Amino acid sequence: MTTRECDLLVIGGGPAGMAAANAGAALGLKTLLMDEQMQAGGQIYRNINGVSGHLGALLGPDYLHGRELAARLRGSAVETHFGTLVWEVTADREVSAQKNGQSFRLRAKQIIAASGAMERASPVPGWTLPGVMNAGAAQIALKSGASLPAGRVVLAGGGPLLFLVACQLMDAGAEITAIVETSPAANLLRALPHLPTALTAPAYLIKGLSMMRKIRVAGIPWFRQASALSIDGRQQVEAVRFHSRGQDQRIAADVVLLHHGIIPNTQIGRMLRIEHAWNQGQLCWHPILDSWGETSSPGIRIAGDGGGIAGALAAEASGMIAAYGAAYTLGKITEPERDRGTAMMRRLLDRHRRIRPFLDALYQPPEWLLQPSDDVVVCRCEEVTAGRIRKMASQGCTGPNQTKFFSRCGMGPCQGRICGLPVTQILARELRRDPGEVGAYRIRPPLKPIPIGSLAALDSTTTTGDDYGN
Amino acid sequence: MFKRMQSPVAPEQDGFELCVDGTPITAQNGETVALAMLNAGIVPFRHTAVSGQARAPLCLMGVCFDCMVEIDGRLVQSCMVDARPGMRVTLLTGARDIGAAE
Amino acid sequence: MTSIACDTVIVGGGVVGLSIAYGFARRGDRVAVLDEGDVAFRAARGNFGLVWVQGKGAKNPDYARWTMAAAALWPAFAEELAAQADTDLQLCQNGGLSICLNQSELETRASELQALRTQLASNYPFEVLDAKALRGLVSEVGPEAVGAIYCPLDGHVSPLRLLHALVTGIQARRGTLLPGHTVENIIPRGGEFEMQAGGKRFSAGRVVLAAGLGNRALAPMVGLNAPVKPVRGQILVSERIKPFLRLATLTVRQTGEGVVQIGDSKEDVGFDDSTTIDQLAHIAHRAVRCFPKLQNANLVRCWGALRVMTPDGYPIYEGSAEYPGAYVITCHSGITLAAAHAGPLVEWMLGRARFSDIGGFGAERFHV
Repeated sequence: MTTRECDLLVIGGGPAGMAAANAGAALGLKTLLMDEQMQAGGQIYRNINGVSGHLGALLGPDYLHGRELAARLRGSAVETHFGTLVWEVTADREVSAQKNGQSFRLRAKQIIAASGAMERASPVPGWTLPGVMNAGAAQIALKSGASLPAGRVVLAGGGPLLFLVACQLMDAGAEITAIVETSPAANLLRALPHLPTALTAPAYLIKGLSMMRKIRVAGIPWFRQASALSIDGRQQVEAVRFHSRGQDQRIAADVVLLHHGIIPNTQIGRMLRIEHAWNQGQLCWHPILDSWGETSSPGIRIAGDGGGIAGALAAEASGMIAAYGAAYTLGKITEPERDRGTAMMRRLLDRHRRIRPFLDALYQPPEWLLQPSDDVVVCRCEEVTAGRIRKMASQGCTGPNQTKFFSRCGMGPCQGRICGLPVTQILARELRRDPGEVGAYRIRPPLKPIPIGSLAALDSTTTTGDDYGN
Repeated sequence: MFKRMQSPVAPEQDGFELCVDGTPITAQNGETVALAMLNAGIVPFRHTAVSGQARAPLCLMGVCFDCMVEIDGRLVQSCMVDARPGMRVTLLTGARDIGAAE
Repeated sequence: MTSIACDTVIVGGGVVGLSIAYGFARRGDRVAVLDEGDVAFRAARGNFGLVWVQGKGAKNPDYARWTMAAAALWPAFAEELAAQADTDLQLCQNGGLSICLNQSELETRASELQALRTQLASNYPFEVLDAKALRGLVSEVGPEAVGAIYCPLDGHVSPLRLLHALVTGIQARRGTLLPGHTVENIIPRGGEFEMQAGGKRFSAGRVVLAAGLGNRALAPMVGLNAPVKPVRGQILVSERIKPFLRLATLTVRQTGEGVVQIGDSKEDVGFDDSTTIDQLAHIAHRAVRCFPKLQNANLVRCWGALRVMTPDGYPIYEGSAEYPGAYVITCHSGITLAAAHAGPLVEWMLGRARFSDIGGFGAERFHV
């Protein structure tokens, strides 16, 4: 397939991506949007175009807000490519993507990556057992297929999403046996100083309190400040164990939903080797962006939670801001037009971010989760344990890239998406260094596995066997 | 491991069939292969190539790769593929076979 | 600042430096390996894992002999390391193939090796296989393959496991590995060498520069010369698949884990270790032409790495005349030569072997 060109390529069709693409097209940019999923919405507005009225009502107005964005996208001049995996992006903004099993290339003058967030890994004993899922997975099953975990469900971890999923599953008719909150008591003290700022944008707090009230009223056993969380089972989940209320607890379960907050998906930025910083408040990496979402790689911007966790409404605002930045760079709008056009977005962005320091402190994952015991598998793909990672630190691995060579850690199909953060944090502890110094995995193309034949089909050279080596 | 919600408004639509390791399962329109398999009670999805551990989906959003299956000869994340009538899904036990060893 | 004293300091913690460090440690030296940090240009971490004889030294019989000697030392070396590190190195020396996709490629290669065999006047085993014979040996080759060169001395090993075993072996002999210690300077003083690295000072009676491309800047500090430059190679790696390829080939091999590695390219692009789609697609296409079934295997990762090349492609093993005890060691076949580097090369630096025993690859050939 021949190389194509566009003004703006938006990667990802969640709130940031849809908003960016809508704004880009409205500003006169030839805009393409690509997403690996089969329809717009990302994870937060998953199946927004197809959801039934009943389920939509159950998921609530925050979810249904996505309808407007999706409708605007449908009515816009944006050329959308769903079911399309972007698997390589270079600093020159040359992009390789695959659709229907066929790879093709294109060139973009500006790129906005809106690849969103993912849930932090919860490497506890037994977390590789079938039946253990992220809480977000249950929400995705609900949104995309009106499906619920069957049997006894235990939710464990901390963060707003844990409570939201609990409430939604309850409404949908799931049997929730217990909620096991792992946030340590000290978090509350750490969060209090941030409460006044959070109160200036109280909507989030009010929602949070009403969710908690709902869970309390339902009478679901709710354990707080749990520690030593582990999951029992031979072939699949049988029970959850933890320590709470001064004693060891064991609760039988068929499905365990884990959640310890969400973190930016930084794979694309890491592949581009753009600059990242360690965020000690959110205990994750975030790309370094200017006020128009631009990364250290000119013409490549990141919008939405992929640039730092702030939620769907902030993502929408940051997507628009990035699009205005792109349009200005391409000379489509003047500086005053750009600044005027985004003034309201900036106010929104500021408002939606006010709750974050409070939530980050309140739901900071417990230390025992970040430093799993030696026998816990951390790299799920290559089955590398925390103990092995610690041993590698003593054998001279100063960062995660060297652990790859010693153990294949992070070299499986997920390419370190799951284990990247825990490996950095374990090494940092062992080496007594800051995670920011220890660094992160270098990500290599393809961003996700593609068939070798799909790449081979891009070969444009005449092959004569001339590359016979010596 | 999962079940479909009972909707008071719309009665369950008629599904269609796909084949998992030769056994037909029913899927609904719009469901991913992973969700259809979860709803059909298929556990585990695969046994790892490293040690044979049993695995099933963790994330359902294309991150974890624990839902990998072979569909019509290609290795994919089943949570990223919409179920279609007549699909042939093969579950993996260990490494994939792309040709016989000598 | 007190200085850390040891017998031998090795600068560079790649496969060349670690093989040498292991060799010295095995001989009872107190060694320290000074290495860079987590992100560095590391040829050793990007290599292909071949223990390869055929074609090596096609225009230099000394190099062919040295390579053959190194390959012959490998089985015992692997066994020794495996016992210490409790890791199977996945060494497999049951022969290797260079698959050719057209007749002229096959003929050129065959005549080169024939000339080398004549020059060596010794046993230089290889066979020219036609398409049928090739298919008899490896049934998975595609219809475009016209034949191959087979050499029974060729093989492959896991470079990752080799590195790990060397580290374990060095540490077991009280050797010290110091990653994140980039050497800033080396000062010869009173028959010893003082080095500054990672905020620490080191002193040793012997210093071995095995820093790959870094040797270029380090060698002059001890009166040596290492005219090396980077040549990029790109490598593709597949998912784990069931064993399908019994023999290693020059551009495709299946590891003990079941992963298929596909290489290689040779590009003169300076210090740029990124990948390019054009080159990757070309490499993938050639691999699929050799083994059509590979097109369904998933590609998991691609990367570029910088090979360390001397002007003529052969190693440099040189001791400093001005500052005895300083050595520069550089080559681009660190895996194939690992057993020889840990053995005869170290013996030579210890004064227990002659220069001619190690092929005589001095740097004076580049002095013009």
